[in-house]
Formats: sequence, C-alpha cells, structure tokens
Amino acid sequence: MNLLRLTAVEALALIGKKELTSSELTDACLAQIERHDKDVFAYLNVTGTSAREEAAAVDQLAEDRPELAGLPTAVKDVLCTRGVTTTCASRMLENYKPFYTATCVRQMQDAGIVMLGKTNMDEFAMGSSTENSAYGPTRNPWDLGRVPGGSSGGSAAAVAAGEAIWALGSDTGGSIRQPAAFCGVVGLKPTYGSVSRYGLVAFASSFDQVGPITRNVTDAALMLRFLVGKDPLDSTSIEHPEKITLPEDRDLSGVRLGVVKELVGEGIDPGVMKVFNETVQKMEAAGAIVGEASLPHSAYALPAYYILAPAEASANLARFDGVRFGLRAGGTNDVTEMYEETRSLGFGEEVKRRIMLGTYALSSGYYEAYYGQAQKVRTLIVRDFEKALGEFDLLVSPSAPTTAFRLDEKTGDPLTMYKSDICTIPVNLAGLPAISIPAGLSEGLPVGLQIIGRAFTEPAILQAAYSAEQLMDFKSVSPLIAGQD
Amino acid sequence: MVYEPVIGLEIHVELSTRSKMFCGCQVQFGGEPNVRTCPVCLAHPGALPVMNRQAIRYLTRIALSLDCEISAKSIFHRKNYFYPDLPKGYQISQYDQPYAVEGHVNVGVHGKMHKIGIERVHQEEDTAKNIHAGESGRIAGSLYSLIDFNRSGTPLVEIVTKPEITSPQVARAFLNKLKNTLQYLDVSDCNMEEGSLRCDANISVRRVGETELGVKTELKNMNSFKYIEKGLTQEISRQIDLLESGEKVVQQTVHFDVTSGEISSLRSKEFAHDYRYFPEPDLVPLIVSDEFVEEVRAEMPELPETRALRYMDTLGLPEYDAEVLTASRELADYYEACLEHFKDAKTVSNWVMGELLGYLNATGQELSACKVAPESLAALLTLVTSGKVSANVGKDVFAEMCDTGKSPEEIIDEKGLTQISDESELEALIDTAISGNPSQVEQYRAGKEQVIGFFVGQVMKATQGRANPKLVNELLKKKLTG
Repeated sequence: MNLLRLTAVEALALIGKKELTSSELTDACLAQIERHDKDVFAYLNVTGTSAREEAAAVDQLAEDRPELAGLPTAVKDVLCTRGVTTTCASRMLENYKPFYTATCVRQMQDAGIVMLGKTNMDEFAMGSSTENSAYGPTRNPWDLGRVPGGSSGGSAAAVAAGEAIWALGSDTGGSIRQPAAFCGVVGLKPTYGSVSRYGLVAFASSFDQVGPITRNVTDAALMLRFLVGKDPLDSTSIEHPEKITLPEDRDLSGVRLGVVKELVGEGIDPGVMKVFNETVQKMEAAGAIVGEASLPHSAYALPAYYILAPAEASANLARFDGVRFGLRAGGTNDVTEMYEETRSLGFGEEVKRRIMLGTYALSSGYYEAYYGQAQKVRTLIVRDFEKALGEFDLLVSPSAPTTAFRLDEKTGDPLTMYKSDICTIPVNLAGLPAISIPAGLSEGLPVGLQIIGRAFTEPAILQAAYSAEQLMDFKSVSPLIAGQD
Repeated sequence: MVYEPVIGLEIHVELSTRSKMFCGCQVQFGGEPNVRTCPVCLAHPGALPVMNRQAIRYLTRIALSLDCEISAKSIFHRKNYFYPDLPKGYQISQYDQPYAVEGHVNVGVHGKMHKIGIERVHQEEDTAKNIHAGESGRIAGSLYSLIDFNRSGTPLVEIVTKPEITSPQVARAFLNKLKNTLQYLDVSDCNMEEGSLRCDANISVRRVGETELGVKTELKNMNSFKYIEKGLTQEISRQIDLLESGEKVVQQTVHFDVTSGEISSLRSKEFAHDYRYFPEPDLVPLIVSDEFVEEVRAEMPELPETRALRYMDTLGLPEYDAEVLTASRELADYYEACLEHFKDAKTVSNWVMGELLGYLNATGQELSACKVAPESLAALLTLVTSGKVSANVGKDVFAEMCDTGKSPEEIIDEKGLTQISDESELEALIDTAISGNPSQVEQYRAGKEQVIGFFVGQVMKATQGRANPKLVNELLKKKLTG
C-alpha cells in the first residue's frame, strides 16, 4: 500500500483498526521528504526527531486517544511554535525561537497531531509563488520547473508531494487557495474571526486567517473542526455559530450557484476557463441551479487590497527592529542607524516594497486619498457580496487566473504577480469563507475551483465542495506520490 | 503692550489596575527589570492585544468626574513611530474617535472661579522605560541603553484641556484639583516621581483683546506642579520678551531647568512626526452601554466638593475646615476614621488641622508615613476630654506620638503626665502657695481678682502642669475668699 496516498480520515481509520501505526505513517512522510524535499523544498525545517517521538508516544496510547492522534502535519512557518525556529521565511527571524505556540497549532497538538516541520512560504506571507522566501523557492510537485503558488506554497507542495498528510496554511489575499489550486489539493480560507490569529505572525491583521490544506474536502472539514473557536487571546475571534460536521454523500439538488461574471472573463487563461466551465456543467447536471452573479466593484479589489494590506503590514512589521529578538545589524553608531541597517539586511525586496507602499498610503496628506478611499472600496465589495449571496447560496469562480507558472516567470514584474490573486482577493476584503478544490488538469497542471459562501457557512461550502469533488475524474495525486505506488 | 498667556494642559495618568492594558501582566512600579512581561507587552511576533475591562471602568470614572460626554462607540488607532521603548513600533491609542469629550472642571483661585474645558479623555498604553548608561542619563552621549519592559503596556489615560487656562497659578490649581479628584476616584496613585502622573503644557501669549492664538511652545515632562507653575511663568516672560523685541516665537518643545530656572529648546516642531494613525485592526470597537455608564456612576466614590458640603451640612463644620480636610482624599479619610472613634466633629477637625497638619508641615512628612493612626488620635482626644490630661499636655503627647509611634496611654504613663484632679492633693499645694505669698493674698482680697492667675501658675509649676486647671481655679477661689 502506498501510505502517501492516504487522506487524514483514511489514515485515522487504519490507525484506529491497528492496521497502521502513527510511526509507520510518520516514517513514510519523513522518507518522502528525504527523497524529494531537496528538489521540492517544501520545508524550511524538518522536525524529524521530535515527530518520531510524538508518533511513538501516540502509538503507546491505549484506548482514549485524542481524535487526530498521530496524523503527520506540516505547519506553515508563519505560525509560532514554542522552541521550534519560526522564520516566516525571512532573514529577520533566521534564528528566532518563539516562547509560545500559536493557538491554532496548540489546538491541533491537543488533538494529537504529529508536527513534521515548518513549511516554506513567501517572506512574511507576501507573495504568490513562494519565490519571495529568503531561503529559496519551493517547487511544484507536479512540475519542478514551476512554482507551487503562494504564500503557503510550502504547505501546499508538502501535501501534494506526500511529504505530509495535511498542512496548516494562512490566507491574506489567497495564500491558501491559490497554492492549493496550483498544487492540486484542497485549501480552505475560513470566515474572518473563526480561527484564532494568536501566534500567527501578522501580515495584514484585518485579512489574515489560518486554514487547512488537505488532500480532499472531508479532511478540510475535519481539520477545520479543530481550528475554530473563540480565543480569549484574540479579540477578533468568535465562537463559530455552526457545528463543523463532515460532509455527506449528497448531490447538489436545489443549490443556487452563482458564477461570478467578473471573475470568468478577461485575464483568465483559456485552459483554466475550459476546466472551470466543464466543472460548472457537471455541477448543474448534479442538480445545482446555475446562474450569473455579479460583483460590480471587484475590479477595484486588487488596488484596494494593495493599499490596505501593506498599510497594516507597515505597522505590523515595525516590531522587527533588532531591539528584542531576531536579526540585529552590528557595527552601527546609534539606534536609528541600527534600525535602518537591521531592516535593510533583514527584509527582502517584496517586504520592503510593501512596507514602503503602506507607509506612503498612511502618510499625512495622503491618508484620505489612499487608505480612506480603499476602505470605501472595501465596503462596496462587502455590499456586492451581500447582494450576490442574497441571490445565490454559493458563488463560484476559478481559484486563480492561470495554472502554476514557471519559476522566475513573474518575479520581474510585481503587478503581474499581484494579478495572480484577482480571484481570491475580493473574498478576503469581505472576510468571507471560500474553498479551492481541484477541478481537473489543463496541460497536465491542476486547476482549482473556488466556492465562496456567506460568513460562517463553512459547512454548506464544504458540503457543496464535497458533492462537486465526487463529480471530478481528477484525483489529487502528484507524480511524486504516484511514483511510490 | 499688555499680553495674556493661553495655556492648555495634557495630562497622562497611569491607571492602578491589577493588570496591563492589553495583556495579563501585573501593573506595579519598580522591582527587578523585565519580569512582568509576556509576548504581548514585548511585542513578539504573532501576539495580540486584548482590552482590559477594568481600565475602561476607571476611564469611565475619570470621564464622569470631569463631566464629559462619553461616546457609546469609540475606536483604537495605531500611532506609529520607532523608539526602543515602544516594542510594537506603534502605540495603541485613540485618535479621532476618543472615549470622552467636552467636559469641564471648576477651579477657584484667590476667590475667583475658573471654568476649564476638557477637550478629550482617551485610553492608551504606556511605553517601556529606557535607561541610558552614562552620567547625563540622557540618550545623547550614553554608551548604551537598557530597556525595562515592566512598564510597557500599563494602562494610560490622556486628559487634554482646552486652551482656556489664563495663568500659571490657575494651571497649578487645576492640576492640584485634578490630582485630588483622581485620588478620590481610586484610579491611580498619581505619584509624579514614579511617573504615574505626568503633565505637558502648551503655551502661547497674545495681546489682550486678540482672539487668535499665538504660536505655542510645549513644556514637557515636568515632575512637580510647583515647577510647572515656575516653568510656565518663565516661558511666558520669555515669549513676551521675544515679541516685545520684534522677534517671533518658534513652535518647539522647551525644557525648564529646575536648578538654573532657565528655559532651553529641546527640538523644533518643524520636523514633527507623522504618526500615520490608522484604526487598530486587532481590536474591535469599544462599545459601552448606558447601563454600564450608569453602573460606574453608581459606584463612583464621593468627590471632594460633595464631601466638603456634607462636612458643613451634617457635621456642622465651618467652610474653611471642610475645604482643608477634603483637599486630599487621604486626609479626609483620616479625619473620618478618627471621627468613628471620637464623635465631636469640630474638636477632631481642630486637632487634625492644627496638630496633625502642623506636625506634617514642620517635618515635611507625608500623611501616609505618619505614625499616629486615626484611632490613636481619637484615643488621645478621649483622654483630654475626660480630664485625664490637660489640652496643653495633650498637644505634647501628640507630638511624642508622632515621633515615636507610641500610644497616648503609654506616653502618659511613662512620663507621669496624668492630670491631678485629687482635691486633697491640690488643696495641700494651694495651701502652700497661699501661705508662702501673703502679699498676693492681700492684693486679691483687696479686689484685684486677676492675681488668681499667679496662684494657678504656682500650683502648675509645682505639678509640672499636671494639675487640673479648672479644679485648681475653683479651689483657689474658695480658699482665697474663705
């Protein structure tokens, strides 16, 4: 049996029946990492020794085992893990070991997961290809000449490469859904506020949300159940009003599905559109009532996002000043010089670009024209979604305008890179939940379907995604996993 | 040319809540550095602020005591700047939607009432504390700097007055009253030396009759009200001198050197910071209900003005006594504690104002350090009233109590100060005095009654002041006429 093909739910069942141990599964993932991660570079830090110990400890447990006991899990390096280096793929935090663990990671650990290591990402989650990592890019397991998407590219690639059963990612403008689409896996961005951000190193606080990257929809539902909850340490978190259940075998009868017309036109690759249209037809055939939805202000989403997110980032990244932790430049004469040198050395190009953008947008005399205006756009987009989701139960679009692009293809032009998130960014502006599931292949590369719902309707999104998943011929297995059959 | 000053004050008050504004670390002054810290107040990556509800209660008390309008919804902003004592690189503060606005305080100076408007009252957090190694204690020229984050994130309330203060004396009186009120509210220890109460002053001058404000300067970080008054006086004359000689006042921060009495420039405001304020996304808006505000109003302690009125109305004290006693919460509390054990309000007032304040003034001691508990003063007053000791001896006993902390009974016993009221003992002494001074007896009997004082003196001298004066008088009259 190729253990690397197992989903989390399947693995738990086998472990429960004692047909598989956590140690065997953990070893299989570690062996795959050993085989392929020098090429894929999904991990910045593999915690193999502690993973084997945790797995062995789980295997020793008698009957009342925690619910996720023994599942080998990859954690995006933007989440603080006590005593384990947390770099955010930045030189700034090269040797930084947090003295606390992020709430969402702790909840998963309390449920018994085994942490395999910390995954690569765009520095401070700023990017769409994982090429902005200070430690080198991650490569797409479907084609090592291509990017895995980003910023959670390491997590998506790890799951797609069989280097983890599932993974934690974070999504600010599409950073879970776009890499999930590029790597042919499932990625869910929960409603803003449903998962604690405590211990998630902030990029843009009013957008950031942690979520699952998994092999299938059921696994995403399972992980989400352990992520949600009101955290007294995060004022913006709330108790999820819905019980997160696993999806059931059911067709799409009566589900009103709105195809967002602004996200299926210009700028979307024809190969992606073909897979998307076929998928929508299949969903219609399975009972969905399909119509055209509109988000009239979505054209302004990208510019508004690139004002608001950098503005928040410019403040969030001010704490990296060389005073208390992380990198500190030596040989400087005074504190101002130390700040300048430290931040010049510690941050990469894209991070610096966004700090400059954000600082400018907040500057006296420009605030209203930029930040103020962008906030108004944000409100309009929220209203667009309210209207569209009043007419439809769910909205659908491609998860990204293209399939995985080649390394270095877009690094020279930030704007082209930013456009890689046009389908996902509007959702973050509105704080809504959305999932990306693999819908098929275009020229051998995975295409993602995005399903968007009203706030806190994750169960409905997951159910529809599951029903759609059953209609696909496509199974989310990259050549790297298939190679171990 | 006649000029008038225009002064506005900005006061920062550290709240004495148990925990910090946005984390659970304890609020406490001093101690070993960097022990009351956590990921939040050290601004480690991923840490998030959570609002302290108790701080908002205290903030509400302050706003109510200043007669402010409280906003049902206010929000927090980030104020961005780099400094090593500011770990996040921004301070969480309030900006264009503060918690409370439009209040006022009435201040009496030399019999004239001044109504000082309060522009705003808002909540923010304190910074850490930089300690610069080197002789000056300042960052310039220091070899290195150390940071103590114990203070980082302490709840801080900012109170801003309108530019309506017309003299340094009024400024000082306003600050005294504000400090007293804050202490009454039990929201801060208001210790200026420890920095829990800090004040900056904005000051400009203009010709009398003009309505536009002149160019202002800012007098920063004054550590006593006395020096604020002096510094303001100094700065006003500096500004007037400049204008008189045809020069201009430059907008800047100035420093008042307490030793030399000179004003010096700290930095020009031309390079003013752009703080790039924007709404704090990590906190939800602060929404307070009418019920909450009313609940806080109901639990408000009695404020000095009300307390003084009560002293006049129900205790029958004169206005002067009532004002002196309520001038600080600590003194009024002391007075009332004393009153619990000794019911004569005016007698207690006389002793507290005369003897206690007299002793504190003479020795420079704080009331909190006074060795005489209110119950002990009450015990002494009971002894005086019952005639165990005379009032004059009682005053000496009180001074001794202040010095040693001993109980009045102890001192009286030790020194044998008990008043002699035994008639036979006194009669014997009186007889000696009469027989030893026949000429004075003659004078008395001839009608010069004031000579009785001479005989009282003789008896007092013989008893070292312990004789009951009233009894001695009675007995003397009887014997001399007899």
